[in-house]
Amino acid sequence: MTDAPSTDLLQVEDLRVEYLADGGDVCVVDGVSLRVRGGEILGLAGESGSGKTTIVQAILRLLGEPAAITGGQVLFRGEDVLAMDEEQLRRFRWKQVSLVMQSAMNALNPVMTVGEQIADAIDAHQGVAARKSRGRVAELLELVGIEPGRASAYPHELSGGMRQRVVIAMALALEPPLVFMDEPTTALDVVVQKEILEQIAALKEELGFAILFITHDLSLMLQFCTHIGVLYAGRMAESAPAKVLHEDPRHPYTVGLMNAFPDVRGRQRELRGIPGSPADPREPIPGCRFHPRCEQADERCRTQQPPLVELGPDHLCACWYHA
Amino acid sequence: MRGLLSNRQALLGLTILGLFVLMALLGPLFVGDPTAFVDVPLLPPCAEHWFGTTGQGQDVLAQTIAGARVTLLIGFAVGFSVVAIGSLIGTTAGYFGGRIDDVLGLVINVFLIMPGLPLIVVIAAYLPAGPTTIATVLIITGWAWGARVIRSQTLSLRDRDFVAAARVSGESPLRIIVVEILPNMTSLLVSAFIGATVYAIGAQVGLEFLGLGDVSKVTWGTNLYWASNDAALFTGSWWTFVPTGLCVALVGFALAAVNSAIDQVGNPRLRVQRRFGQALAKAGIPAGGSTPVMRRGDD
Repeated sequence: MTDAPSTDLLQVEDLRVEYLADGGDVCVVDGVSLRVRGGEILGLAGESGSGKTTIVQAILRLLGEPAAITGGQVLFRGEDVLAMDEEQLRRFRWKQVSLVMQSAMNALNPVMTVGEQIADAIDAHQGVAARKSRGRVAELLELVGIEPGRASAYPHELSGGMRQRVVIAMALALEPPLVFMDEPTTALDVVVQKEILEQIAALKEELGFAILFITHDLSLMLQFCTHIGVLYAGRMAESAPAKVLHEDPRHPYTVGLMNAFPDVRGRQRELRGIPGSPADPREPIPGCRFHPRCEQADERCRTQQPPLVELGPDHLCACWYHA
Repeated sequence: MRGLLSNRQALLGLTILGLFVLMALLGPLFVGDPTAFVDVPLLPPCAEHWFGTTGQGQDVLAQTIAGARVTLLIGFAVGFSVVAIGSLIGTTAGYFGGRIDDVLGLVINVFLIMPGLPLIVVIAAYLPAGPTTIATVLIITGWAWGARVIRSQTLSLRDRDFVAAARVSGESPLRIIVVEILPNMTSLLVSAFIGATVYAIGAQVGLEFLGLGDVSKVTWGTNLYWASNDAALFTGSWWTFVPTGLCVALVGFALAAVNSAIDQVGNPRLRVQRRFGQALAKAGIPAGGSTPVMRRGDD
């Protein structure tokens, strides 16, 4: 299941997602491109409503009514995900790309034991009856640091952190080459959060899967990810290797995010927020989406959309000041 | 409420209902005595008698309008009583649980398993005939469904955090039930009310049609009873039963429309996004599947 590093596992080009609501079309993801290479951890950062979760769910074609993908391309190992029919999708999901949902509380069925639920995923894809996969379930639980005997526990008998581990075990059950993690630790306290992230990192080393990681916690992302994409209002503002983004952020929005949290090791500096509030996708903003909140915005920013320009190796930025 | 008025279905239902209520309230003032002998019996619709006359020589229009009053009054009264009794017993059983729930649950179950229609016929035949009897009978046989549903809903709401918070802050059980729990099932109560009203109107018309009501009173049910008694089908005098029949059907339709509209307004997830459905149909993609791919420029 290990892909050689640097080969493209997932390639998303110019993805557009719209809600065809009765009040009019609402474009929530507007031409986003990203790629995940084998063994890499790509982080998607952005505030609430910037389209992080929508992108991930659109790639898996999980978005419900009235969402529609209205443009772009999604290739997984060269296979066109947007051309797949229901049966192909069923086989593609979980086996190729699995998903760790935002809240483990809601992702687990309260009337089934966690062991049964992990076995279910194995059964659905490999046709292995639950009693035969018991050994595999125990192995998976052990992998995420849960005592295998707990397979017979119901979700309410586990703590929040343990539930999150169970969901991660489920996502790894079929050894997919790519795992989407949608804010896997947001509901947990910092200590448990750290434990689980360390566990994920260790598992990644051991099993060699790639991760698309979503969070709004940029400092967490800088530690954890190899590459980071910063989304603003459904568009990619800047994407770069984590180290580059940390040391040399270019887009005013990224700079704003960096100034909004303290640097533990660096010297103390004044923390600043970003003025204004997140964009409302129902009212499209002409030009650069960030211009109403940007201190440097000039006439061109207000009228013309900045192109995504390569500033260095893998470093893309959509800002007129760096075009 | 504003959401309800902007819903086409609700507007249609409420308009029809409003017209009927207006007709029931004011109509009898404009037509003559519905029981008076006015013309030759079984006269087809004509300029003088728009809906014709009955086998007893009475004006059908006057009877249809006058009949609305009793029929609708009983319908709404039964609907309201059923929900009131159901809420009282349902929330009490659900909230307090334990012994109280055991006893009330048993009573509810007994009323549920009693065969409704035969019981209605038997009780209606024993009590003195009349609209009050019919209402009483329908309430006795109809309250248990509502109580059952409301009890279940109470059981589920009782354990929510906001109820626990109310309990901790020292609110009395009565206040918790009335202020915290009941408003959370408004749409359930309203739909139970409408459902019970439809049931009451239908059952009442049916009972009176069978002759179990007071045949000297003018209601939609007795109109149909007399039409059948005068062999309307045999003589081909369709105008004696079609107006009343249509009225019953229209009221039922209007209530059902309001009910489903309330569902949609109260639960936005049920609202169908019309434009999305149209776009899907145009692209020939079946609904309910994975996220559809509809490229711009394809259509």
